[in-house]
Amino acid sequence: MTKIRIPTPLRLYTEGQSSVSVSGTTVGEALSDLTQKYPDLQQHLYDGEKLRSFVNVFLNSEDVRHIHGEKTAVTPNDTLMIIPSIAGGRPRIEEESL
Amino acid sequence: MTFTELIDPAAIELSHEEVQRYSRHLIMPEVGMAGQKKLKAASILLIGAGGLGSPLAMYLAAAGIGRLGLVDYDVVDYTNLQRQIIHGTRDVGRSKLESARERILDINPHVQVDGYEVPLTSANAMEIIEPYDIVIDGTDNFPTRYLTNDACVILGKPNVYGSIFRFEGQASVFYAKEGPCYRCLFPEPPPPGLVPSCAEGGVLGVLPGTIGAIQATEAIKLIIGQGDPLIGRLLLYDALGMTFDEVYLRKNPDCPVCGPNPTITELIDYEQFCGMPAHDRSLYATAGGNGTDVPQIAPLALNRRLDAGDELQIVDVREPHEWEISNLENLGAFLIPQNEILEHLGELDMTRDIIVMCRSGARSANVIRELQKHGFKRLLNLEGGINEWAREVDETLPIY
Repeated sequence: MTKIRIPTPLRLYTEGQSSVSVSGTTVGEALSDLTQKYPDLQQHLYDGEKLRSFVNVFLNSEDVRHIHGEKTAVTPNDTLMIIPSIAGGRPRIEEESL
Repeated sequence: MTFTELIDPAAIELSHEEVQRYSRHLIMPEVGMAGQKKLKAASILLIGAGGLGSPLAMYLAAAGIGRLGLVDYDVVDYTNLQRQIIHGTRDVGRSKLESARERILDINPHVQVDGYEVPLTSANAMEIIEPYDIVIDGTDNFPTRYLTNDACVILGKPNVYGSIFRFEGQASVFYAKEGPCYRCLFPEPPPPGLVPSCAEGGVLGVLPGTIGAIQATEAIKLIIGQGDPLIGRLLLYDALGMTFDEVYLRKNPDCPVCGPNPTITELIDYEQFCGMPAHDRSLYATAGGNGTDVPQIAPLALNRRLDAGDELQIVDVREPHEWEISNLENLGAFLIPQNEILEHLGELDMTRDIIVMCRSGARSANVIRELQKHGFKRLLNLEGGINEWAREVDETLPIY
């Protein structure tokens, strides 16, 4: 099964799992299996049908946007990584400043 | 690499004292006298003198960078000391800039330290960044990251990037002349609602040390022109798994700032772009984000009602590990973490005033908005959360 690496900010929605094994023959199918296993992830990864623009998915070391996007083929030996944008560890500023 | 040609070490001399100080650099052929003179001729701007800025400033000063600029308007506080090792306990309450300058000059008096005690904004960024060879991004918020990136692209400066969250860090070198920029990877910031909040925040104190040291290494390599820089590569560090991974980044041909047909050619309003304030002196407030749109109760007012024997329900919506730090259990408060509130509606008493509280008031305001949708009316947000309660009512409680 293909492995998907889950970044820290999203582990809240995967019961703390840092890596999830999924089935599927394309990046899109693999991600869809992931969101079926962990439905709370759906709104963080997708805006409707579309992968959110700030969600970066890498197949092994390559950005899938530069291959065939969600149609990119995956094999059970591949590792997908979701790379989040992180800014720092401070609490949200509007909370901080209250 | 073309970059090193920007720095002309020809006019630089090293004194005998400096030769001795940098001896362990000078005996390596990759640095040598020529490289050390380049370091002395170089100037680096550090955006932020906090977690990442601390190891950056200290190592770059020790390495003999000629001129270090620091942008930070903050004051050292106790919560900084767990990771911001350039500042010490005696510096609490002092300006970070003054505290950092003193430490830098103690490490190496040959460094010129320029201080900018202001928030970096679209109005001042070009002027502040322009006189430096390299910019290092050590900020803690999205608006300033996009601002730093765009200014560096427009001015043609390399931007040594580092970012940290809990146990995870990222580093890269964004240098649009030779590779992708921050926007090529992250065209847009996550919407404010999907940015990790207080409950998910925090950072391992050592983590900025690891990532900051990587950024300092990259800056030095760029200056001496040795090795393979992180241009076009993103380094991912997971401290819990103790793994380093790297992925390849490419220039986005549609990048609005570094692409062939840029739509952003001057600095924009980054707080509006990100939908969040960049710093706590910002005038930008996200709609409803500060909790002022929900009914509030001040700690002293709540205390008076409790003293008067009012039958209230106090619901604390923080996480269990925060409850361990401080709580109002002795006043009857009970814990229902924010994300579990909808599963526990039955425990809430609609016939009484319900006080909802968290660390400092934002999460509890969100919970109140959610409960209002479910028909609850007698809801009050504890202003400033348990930290404000600790400040105004019960000084025996710690503030975190």
